[in-house]
Amino acid sequence: MYLLRRFGQFVLVVFVGINIVFFVTHATPIDPVEQAISSATQFGQSDPQAVEIMRKALRELYGLDGTIWQQYANFWKRLATGDFGPSLSAFPTPVSALIGQALPWTLGLLFTSTLIAWGVGNFLGGLAGYYRKNRLLKAVGIAATGLQPIPSYIMSFVVLILFGYIWPILPISGGFQMNIHPDLSFPFVSSVVGHSILPVVSLVLITIGAWFIGMRSLVSNIVTEDYVVFAELAGVDRHRILTSYIMRNALAPQLTGLALSLGGIFNGAIITEVVFGYPGLGTLLVRGVNTGDYSLVLGITSISIVAVATAVFAIDLLYPLLDPRVKVE
Amino acid sequence: MLRVFRDLLRYNREFAIGTILMLIVLSLAVASFFSPYPPKDSYLVPPDVPPSWAYPLGTNSRGQDVFWQLTVAMRNSLLFGIAVAFLSRIISLAVGLVSGYAGGVVDRVLMSINDTFVVIPLFPILTLFYFMMHDNMSWAVLALAMASLGWPYDARLIRSVALSLRNREFTTQSVFSGMPTRQILLEEHLPYVLPIVFSTTMNNINWSIGLEVTLSVIGFTNIETPTIGTMIYWANQHTAMVAGIWWWVLAPVATVIITFIGLFLLSVSMNEFIDPRSRLARMGA
Amino acid sequence: MDVALSVRNLRAYYLLGYFGIEREVRAVDDITLSVNKKEIYGIAGESSCGKSSFIRTIAAAIRPPLRVLGGSIKYNFLDRDLYDLDEKALADMRWKHLSYIPQGSMNVLNPVRRVRESFKDFAFPHMQLNQIQFFDVVNRHLERLHLSRSVLTAFPHELSGGMRQRVAIALATVCRPEFIIADEPTTALDVVVQKDVLALILEMQREIGSSMIFVTHDLTVHANISNRLGIMYAGRLIEEGPTRDMLREPMHLPTLNIWSPACHGSATLPRRTRCREHRRVWPSRHRVAASTRAVRWQWTFAAKPIRS
Repeated sequence: MYLLRRFGQFVLVVFVGINIVFFVTHATPIDPVEQAISSATQFGQSDPQAVEIMRKALRELYGLDGTIWQQYANFWKRLATGDFGPSLSAFPTPVSALIGQALPWTLGLLFTSTLIAWGVGNFLGGLAGYYRKNRLLKAVGIAATGLQPIPSYIMSFVVLILFGYIWPILPISGGFQMNIHPDLSFPFVSSVVGHSILPVVSLVLITIGAWFIGMRSLVSNIVTEDYVVFAELAGVDRHRILTSYIMRNALAPQLTGLALSLGGIFNGAIITEVVFGYPGLGTLLVRGVNTGDYSLVLGITSISIVAVATAVFAIDLLYPLLDPRVKVE
Repeated sequence: MLRVFRDLLRYNREFAIGTILMLIVLSLAVASFFSPYPPKDSYLVPPDVPPSWAYPLGTNSRGQDVFWQLTVAMRNSLLFGIAVAFLSRIISLAVGLVSGYAGGVVDRVLMSINDTFVVIPLFPILTLFYFMMHDNMSWAVLALAMASLGWPYDARLIRSVALSLRNREFTTQSVFSGMPTRQILLEEHLPYVLPIVFSTTMNNINWSIGLEVTLSVIGFTNIETPTIGTMIYWANQHTAMVAGIWWWVLAPVATVIITFIGLFLLSVSMNEFIDPRSRLARMGA
Repeated sequence: MDVALSVRNLRAYYLLGYFGIEREVRAVDDITLSVNKKEIYGIAGESSCGKSSFIRTIAAAIRPPLRVLGGSIKYNFLDRDLYDLDEKALADMRWKHLSYIPQGSMNVLNPVRRVRESFKDFAFPHMQLNQIQFFDVVNRHLERLHLSRSVLTAFPHELSGGMRQRVAIALATVCRPEFIIADEPTTALDVVVQKDVLALILEMQREIGSSMIFVTHDLTVHANISNRLGIMYAGRLIEEGPTRDMLREPMHLPTLNIWSPACHGSATLPRRTRCREHRRVWPSRHRVAASTRAVRWQWTFAAKPIRS
């Protein structure tokens, strides 16, 4: 029952998301075909027949031929097969190949930083909520309050300036050093890790504040719950109360919170990539917009929606492991 | 209501600091009306002059006084943020209140839709939107687009307040005493809903200014209008960091960070004020 | 006569300061009582009269803003006042000598852990046994409370209200403590289950030979289980004495007020008689009204601003 409902939600997200994408691309006054043609013909005279052939070819490429219902069906078909056609800016490489190259970088960044931020943030927040008088934790709390509201771009930018210009000890652009051959050798792997440090640090700083503050307030509420009071009355070891009674009970709502904020974390990830020139979906997206590559932008947007929806569904599957009160059937 | 603000100011440190920060920001924005330079013109003053008495924050590579640019930028960004927050308030209040009061199937359907919008990543969609609109995208259109995508998080919070109000004793009492629904909503419930609306508005302004800055910096908005984001955009275009013109970058970044922290503190302190359990924790603990 | 617990002039107030206004709420206001060995001392009173605060104070389980301001609490198994003990001594004493039966609400056991984990957390550290022996003892104990072994592997939300209450009783009694505090253990149960649970509590108490403080607002329960009865009102102990005498001839109007529903209107007017052990602990400052409905609240419980 629970699984069915969460799967239903997954389907709904993908459905609504793709519909919004479709709506945005078709409800605006700009016609991407005309745009492409005008940028291609701006440098001089063009043969009208050639232009006509180009127009037809582009229409087919973009899936914009036929009636609106045909286009709609076509759109879904493309999403299902993952084929968005060739990219205009990197002709004739298919869009799916470009996305396939960039996706692992984004996923790696997302996964690492979310794990670190959620884990460390919740742990420190739990300690801060329980040991209210501890001065160190109070200081960490103030730092978190200062960090939390700062949006992704500004944070990444500040990190870039700090480590790129003021104290240049870490590489600030690219995924790895350009002249190393990509394989599993140590120089390559260490280069990858080295180049990922700053983006990961940025993304962790962006998201950790919210986890800390949320966990801290959650824990200070849980401390008043009956089972905690009972355990304290029984003289159960304080350390055990903190881990087994308090934090363990706070993890379930925090996991739900993670599922709900994944959309925002994904946003933060791709913005960070743009700042650091990290070869993920973010840089690809901006490049696509700047070169007028319609298929690429469309493809990335659609894949983003599906990726985030899948990640949320995966987290929903993990939830019953943390909260035995959920009935899974 | 005014007494609440006065008490908050006196006894809640976060609220006090937040108010001070916001007053600084607001005074900057208001100062923009006294700017001696027309905001959109360039090359009016000698470029790349470091901060001095004549030019308190220096000048940039486009020949504009950074301080006065900053004031106009702050005003525009703030106006944009407030506009988006106002528009999305309408949707989140409607969805939140209806969902909380109606309950049942209506509640579940609305919350499903709500959660859908929370999960969908906004940045790719807004980028796509910009791609489709290009130079046709005015600030008003962008504000509408962001408002129609940014309501779900707050709707959920408003719904939880509405749920708790619905079940409270004084509601049943009012219903039984024959008060018309509209009167109940306005007189009994509004004082409880207002603080959460206030807090979520602050949050939303933060969010929308943040998103505006992000989009502008990459160049995805109308870069001729001076806003915090476009200032940073132009600074990047002229490679200000490398050229050593740090004041051009520092001014907007520092100001916007002050704005974010100020709004955040206001929203958090109001939230804490509403939640009775946190009140208990503050009392003599 | 041996005294298990002696409380003298205990005062514990909530000291609140919020937005510049300071208040004190007198949750425990100058209470003096003693509990004899192997005796069940019942405490009754309406809601918000300070029963729970008093209980938590004598169990040393209070948090700010509730603070102890004066008085003494002496258990017979401790050589010092309860609040003179350090952390370690307190922790050692808990559960082995002093345990607590809570109201078996949904939330009283850790919801994400199985019941056996609670037993391990609460009782295992105090009994010098290895795990196998320990769970042997636990299983036998559960049997005596008419619970099957499968309870140990269940989660709290999978048990019924009565089962949860019995698990709570099992938890509190498995270490055979000398003093048990029972805080409304039957309030959430229906009457049939209540009877069973009360019988079990009595049985346990007799077998272990512990003294007990039993708190409930239900006088019929007190009639069945308490040896002596104390009535609390507004943080004070206003009347005290052997249960039978108390129920026959209550002295004070608040007592009358909580007692008459139990007697279904066959209330006799209180007479100012005294018997040897039935002492009036709080001088009544009002006339006894003819009707039990006309009550004048002379004692206020609510906030008295010290400084505004």
